[in-house]
Amino acid sequence: MTRRLLLLLPLIGFLGLSIFLYQGLSLNPFHRDSALMARDFPEFDMVTLEDPGQRVDNSLLARGEVTLVNVWGEWCPECKREMPQLLDLADRGIRLVGISYKDTREKGLGFLQDFGNPFELNIFDPEGELAFELGVYGAPETFLVDREGIIRYHHTGYISASDVREYILPEVEKWQ
Amino acid sequence: MAVTRGSVASRLALLMVLLFTALLASGVQANMTSNAIELREFDDPVTEQRYRSLTASLRCPTCENQAINDSDAPVSGDMRDRVYMMLMDDRSDMEILDHMVERFGNYVLYNPRLEGRTFLLWALPAGLVLAGFGLVALVVRARRNASSRVLSPDERERLEAMISHRGRNQ
Amino acid sequence: MQIQMIPEIGHFALVIALLFAVVQAVLPLAGATLRRPLWMAYARPMATGQFLFVAIAYAALTASYMLDDFSVINVANNSNSMLPWFYKFSAVWGNHEGSVLLWSLMLAGWGYYAVRYSRELPRDVVARVIGVLGLVSVGFLLFILLTSNPFERILPNVPQDGADLNPLLQDIGLILHPPMLYMGYVGFSVVFAFAIAALIGGRLDAAWARWARPWTNLAWAFLTVGIALGSWWAYYELGWGGWWFWDPVENASLLPWLTGTALMHSLAVTEKRGSFKSWTLLLAITTFSLSLLGTFLVRSGVLTSVHAFANDPSRGFFILMLLGITVGLSLLVFALRAPRVSHKVGFSWLSRDALLLVNNIMLVIMTVTVLMGTVYPLLLDALNLGKISVGPPYFNALFVPLTLIMAIFMGMGPVARWKDTRAKLLIQRLWLAAVLAVVMGMALPLIFAERWSVAVAIGLIAALWIVLPMFRDLFDKTRNAKSLGAGLKKLSLAYWGMQLGHLGVAVTMVGVAAVSNYEIERNVRMGVGDSASVAGYTFTMTELSSHRGPNFLADSAIIEVQREGSQRSFTMTPEKRLYLARGMPMTQVALRPGFFRDLYVAMGEDLGDNTWAMRIQYKPFVRWLWLGGLLMAAGGVLAVADKRYRRLATAQDPERKAALDAKPQEATT
Repeated sequence: MTRRLLLLLPLIGFLGLSIFLYQGLSLNPFHRDSALMARDFPEFDMVTLEDPGQRVDNSLLARGEVTLVNVWGEWCPECKREMPQLLDLADRGIRLVGISYKDTREKGLGFLQDFGNPFELNIFDPEGELAFELGVYGAPETFLVDREGIIRYHHTGYISASDVREYILPEVEKWQ
Repeated sequence: MAVTRGSVASRLALLMVLLFTALLASGVQANMTSNAIELREFDDPVTEQRYRSLTASLRCPTCENQAINDSDAPVSGDMRDRVYMMLMDDRSDMEILDHMVERFGNYVLYNPRLEGRTFLLWALPAGLVLAGFGLVALVVRARRNASSRVLSPDERERLEAMISHRGRNQ
Repeated sequence: MQIQMIPEIGHFALVIALLFAVVQAVLPLAGATLRRPLWMAYARPMATGQFLFVAIAYAALTASYMLDDFSVINVANNSNSMLPWFYKFSAVWGNHEGSVLLWSLMLAGWGYYAVRYSRELPRDVVARVIGVLGLVSVGFLLFILLTSNPFERILPNVPQDGADLNPLLQDIGLILHPPMLYMGYVGFSVVFAFAIAALIGGRLDAAWARWARPWTNLAWAFLTVGIALGSWWAYYELGWGGWWFWDPVENASLLPWLTGTALMHSLAVTEKRGSFKSWTLLLAITTFSLSLLGTFLVRSGVLTSVHAFANDPSRGFFILMLLGITVGLSLLVFALRAPRVSHKVGFSWLSRDALLLVNNIMLVIMTVTVLMGTVYPLLLDALNLGKISVGPPYFNALFVPLTLIMAIFMGMGPVARWKDTRAKLLIQRLWLAAVLAVVMGMALPLIFAERWSVAVAIGLIAALWIVLPMFRDLFDKTRNAKSLGAGLKKLSLAYWGMQLGHLGVAVTMVGVAAVSNYEIERNVRMGVGDSASVAGYTFTMTELSSHRGPNFLADSAIIEVQREGSQRSFTMTPEKRLYLARGMPMTQVALRPGFFRDLYVAMGEDLGDNTWAMRIQYKPFVRWLWLGGLLMAAGGVLAVADKRYRRLATAQDPERKAALDAKPQEATT
């Protein structure tokens, strides 16, 4: 009898593995949460894209209001595609702050001119220092920062109109 | 049939020889996607070695499955720069890895850390080796007893006949 | 017959092949159970017919590629009218649909050859083997027809030209590597079918093992060559000098290789000693199951890999069903029908039996380790425990020690006797090899390398420990013969195959140890007249030039390389190209292969002032990695040619008789 049970072991092991493989089919291996989830927005003290003389730091974010921080670059085609959705979010009264990622000042400003500017202001990050602190690995990426300046939601890649409805608006609602 | 199988084998052997010649002689020039070749100065060979092994054990966060030393994604370049800077700053390997994990998550470690959820990953192979040798001990002990029971000449003859009968059959 | 109809003919042939496969699966299996000779007799013609029609389908797809029929989606996506004919030919299997068709073709082909070479087998065994192969074929043909039809058309908007084959695939590596690999994967279906047939029929004896062994060896040899070629291809084309990345796709090919290796050895025990029967059956099932699992992992998108095919969840689901049915049913049959009473054949601690048991256990532990490392991120993700990565540092940390443990026993195996070896005899045969291995292993790196490395010394000791006892054994086996030649001639091909295979393992181990520890990579800034010294070679840039190719702009350098203390020099010419169509920069690496080392020069960025960033690499013994693989495969093939596997083999096989003899015949001491 024990021997029979022993002989069943391979089958049991295989069935166990299959369940995981089946679940694996519906998982997206590229989707990961940010390592900064539920942590303070990283410390920064930088100038803005708009005005080289204007310095901004973390006090920009912990202002009792939910803020969407969007990392974008003129060189990034997906960023251009998501601008209409960001403008729409700004129209709904949501506060957006941009991070101009690895651009020259000239190109960054040109981008805002061409595609519209939904941002209250843009942090100028030509070397990608702040983006590195945020663990950004591509643009566009969007972080939702709550009223206390804590990161609550992270969206990698292009925000589509349905993403706005399904993820962004509910998350903003949740933390407002 | 027998002849055919023999000659199939010899043809395969010839193929191996040809393949080896190809392996030895080929690849004089190969087309590759271009990777950045970075010139980095190191104070000593040990630091250089640490740089190599660190960049080989950090995973590029945006690529399919590549280490940062093998990827031309911009973020990999930034990570390499950071590793280099921190090495120049006399930081330990542990500090550098922690620094990356804080920003990019555990995902970037190709060598997963020992923690609750990865326990099995490290414990199972070690456990299996112990269990394996335990199993060998059990089997051999059981079998040794089996062999100590000497077959009677009659039994042996029957066994031999059975086996050689099979052989003759085919 | 009109040329425009070729894809439809191919599609139709596939449907007919499926019908053949269904009959091939159902009638012989039912016939064997119900003892209907007529039903069983369907096995051979159906298998032949299935092969013929899959071959027609395959030929039709190849023809569509050759004739640039861009109305076929598969051709339009993966070929181009400008592609040379041999890349059109191999582009067929450079994509998901075509490669599954190649899989099916090979499956049908192995089935056909199993039919041809099994005339001496009992009718019911043949019927069951062919029936099981038919079942597997049904699964794959359905998979192609339902989810991955390569003959689908784009009508009426036929593109002018195809999208072209990925430039990285336009290489001899694509022509050679996948077919070899698939031959290996699919080849294990034959021994799998033998195992299922034995379980259903309840017939499992030495003769069974003897039928199964050549098929296992052949499949294993193909897989070995496939893996070696894959590593070689990655080395010169993808990996910047890396040769194994522990990528899920590589692991997927390593898994059946490891259990296949265990299977070859356990089949030897089953044939010679009549033991390990259930174990052998389980290994046969596992090996083919892991081949199927590899297919699932590569094609379903559950794991991220550089080499994976474009993913499609519906395909993943289908393959998972296929996997579940095939493997689940086989393991169920195994659980229910595995030999109830094991035939306890006695052996002692110091017997070949015990050593092969250790070999099997170690290989299985390696398999479990690799499998677990590969799917662990997926398991955690499925349990919502976060994303982690398991990569080279983890696998190396575990695989290397496991290999070394196995090497200890590998040295002893070939000189040990079945059943029992007296300790005195073993020591007498091995002490010199042990001493020599340690002394030489320590001394060789000291003499020939600039830097002594403990890792290299351990690797060399292990390799020598595998090789040296072989020479001792050859000496023992031939010294009673009239002459050395006569003595060597008397040894069976199976014996030579085993020795060659083990030699291959040792050669690969030397390669791994040397290249991992002694390779040198240096990035330097170079202008004309500058030189750099790497590993005793002086690299001097003598010329820099720009030129225009047919579709690219190129900067190229001429590097003169001279070995220290040698008058002879040679040149290497790395190039940096900018392909105009896609604006894609590509690097033409200059590679100088050699038996003891490779030199590798790549050109990087223009640093201004007519200087460039250059990468120079020195790769000692890197070719030994693949030479070892080929030797292993050659050993496997050589053993197949052994006369005892031939049809008219007589029972008077001296080796087998000797094994049965209760009194070990020891060499006169």
